[in-house]
Amino acid sequence: MTRIEKVFKSGRKVLVAYLTAGDPNPAATPELVAALERGGVDLVELGVPFSDPIADGPVIQAASARALAEGTTLAKVLEIARTIRKTSDIPLLLFTYMNPVVRYGFEALARDAKAAGIDGCLMTDLSVEEADDYIGIMRDAGLDTVFLAAPTSTPRRLELVAKYSSGFVYVVSRNGVTGEREQLSASVGPLLEQLRAKTTLPLAVGFGISNGEQARASAEHGDGVVVGSAIVRLIEQGGDLEAFARSLREGLDG
Amino acid sequence: MVETVEPLAGLASGPDTRGHFGPYGGRFVPETLMSPLEELEEAYLAARRDPAFNAELDDLLKNYAGRPTPLYFAKRLSEQLGGARIYFKREDLLHTGAHKINNALGQALLARRMGKRRIIAETGAGQHGVATATACALLGLDCVVYMGEEDMRRQRLNVFRMRLLGAQVVGVTVGSKTLKDAISEAMRDWVTNVNETYYLLGSALGAHPYPMMVRDFHRCIGIEAREQILAAEGRLPDAVFACVGGGSNAIGIFHPFVEDAGVRLIGIEAGGRSEKLGEHAARFSGGAPGVLHGAYSYLLQDGDGQVALTHSVSAGLDYALIGPEHAWLHDRGRAEYLNCTDSHALEGALQLSRTEGLIPALESSHAVAIALDQAPAAKGQIFIVNLSGRGDKDIDLYRENLPELDINSEKASA
Ligand SMILES: Cc1ncc(COP(=O)(O)O)c(C=O)c1O
Repeated sequence: MTRIEKVFKSGRKVLVAYLTAGDPNPAATPELVAALERGGVDLVELGVPFSDPIADGPVIQAASARALAEGTTLAKVLEIARTIRKTSDIPLLLFTYMNPVVRYGFEALARDAKAAGIDGCLMTDLSVEEADDYIGIMRDAGLDTVFLAAPTSTPRRLELVAKYSSGFVYVVSRNGVTGEREQLSASVGPLLEQLRAKTTLPLAVGFGISNGEQARASAEHGDGVVVGSAIVRLIEQGGDLEAFARSLREGLDG
Repeated sequence: MVETVEPLAGLASGPDTRGHFGPYGGRFVPETLMSPLEELEEAYLAARRDPAFNAELDDLLKNYAGRPTPLYFAKRLSEQLGGARIYFKREDLLHTGAHKINNALGQALLARRMGKRRIIAETGAGQHGVATATACALLGLDCVVYMGEEDMRRQRLNVFRMRLLGAQVVGVTVGSKTLKDAISEAMRDWVTNVNETYYLLGSALGAHPYPMMVRDFHRCIGIEAREQILAAEGRLPDAVFACVGGGSNAIGIFHPFVEDAGVRLIGIEAGGRSEKLGEHAARFSGGAPGVLHGAYSYLLQDGDGQVALTHSVSAGLDYALIGPEHAWLHDRGRAEYLNCTDSHALEGALQLSRTEGLIPALESSHAVAIALDQAPAAKGQIFIVNLSGRGDKDIDLYRENLPELDINSEKASA
């Protein structure tokens, strides 16, 4: 069983945190992850910064630019993972756009990510149609492959997403880029129901969740929630990550 | 001859059902956009099978945009160079001043057919933005155009034209503030408003079906040129030249010649200021295969897979990825790709202006300059150069770059 599979068997709603690795600088990331873990985060998505983050809103775009300015490459993110792994067993999901991986090479990434203690990978702009080689290589290395399901996905596509995913399915709750929202989307309930009928994989809901109350509401029909931009914004402001993670945890468990 | 003909069979039949030209192209976008792209592909293929759709498009191309465009024999220029007989395909004469209107009209009709009333587009030089704003005004559709602030500065006139046509122009302030960032912002808008919005992409770029669809809407350029040269010369040309930004005017004129083995197809990229990464947009000589904005193709990038900045005096060629079908034609050896520096493109523009009275768009000037270089040694040959646009939008840039012609310097030297 992978670390990701294990954490979804814990019995509690899983709290997933996204942060852009290398923001504000590569040396800072391991301690930020530790603070999140102390606050009750169960799984961390390490975002690989990219020059053209088309799926991200302004908060993560800016974080990406800061991380790149500090020299955060994909290789550097793996180094960060290795540092985290020295003191923590928290599941780590590499969250990345395609091109840095194309450049690094799928085989090299699978090998080096596994060695660094990464547990799985999600590629924002890799559709299941293009993923055959990638899946084989990742699975052979013992890494989970997480794919996105979206409100626009047709039943046929949800079938494919469920089939190609392992560890969990990341359920995008609304159309749009990453970013906090005051109102949560209502369309996620039916989407989760459709997916339940197609897979036994855990379902984590993300996009727009920024506080404990929203976390609880989003987790109602899912197995976990993902919080991203709210965490990245707090990092930018130098706020108390551990306390924020705890408030999300309490909201979820509440 | 058989040896060269055979490998060409099928080269023009792409893409495959998943949008691949050989290894290139495909669909690399977030899941939210996957079903909308499938829906778009279906709607496009159905429209193309519908005689009423084709008839309406043909009518607009003819009576509104000004097709067919002439194939003009440049007698003075050809004589001056003493080599090839040079013809210009006059896309510059089209309504709005460039080839871009072919695709904008086609896609705007498709959007209306799909019931989408909000159109978004990106623009570099502003020509695609103007063409889209024009098509939207004509069809009564809402229009939002994303444009990098650097491009808004250098293509000021086109910003005003779009506003005059009723479009909203949104300045993009992130990244290099050029075409790449405008496309990123347009994609972010699309993923957010996908249910009611049609993304009218302006070059042979992006995820399938865009590269195929944009090519198809521009194939009229090559189809006409082929008939026209046969009528004028009784034979096919020896070489066809076109500038390549994303690659729409080039693929439009190349495609109908792809299976004609004797016709050299020559694409010209922006050589910019120098060969240093960041100072040009020559994807084949300076790039490597990668993914940007939904497609896999040659991409200017650093060793870590971050997209490189680009430079060209012409906003329309200033982009880090080349359209995927060009990557395929390149790898198969069917088309050649050269590049032309900023300053050489200006020389080409000046020579064409003064010899033939044709002021080309800066983008087109890149193709002009390289064709003029090759003409003297090509006695007995026939060249066709795609004059993709006229230079009206670039007058400010010509003034900046040719200060010796400016009114102030005349006064100073008088
Ligand atoms: C006149 C003209 N030619 C060429 C281009 C380059 O685009 P493409 O390579 O898609 O033809 C542009 C783009 O703005 C243009 O305005």
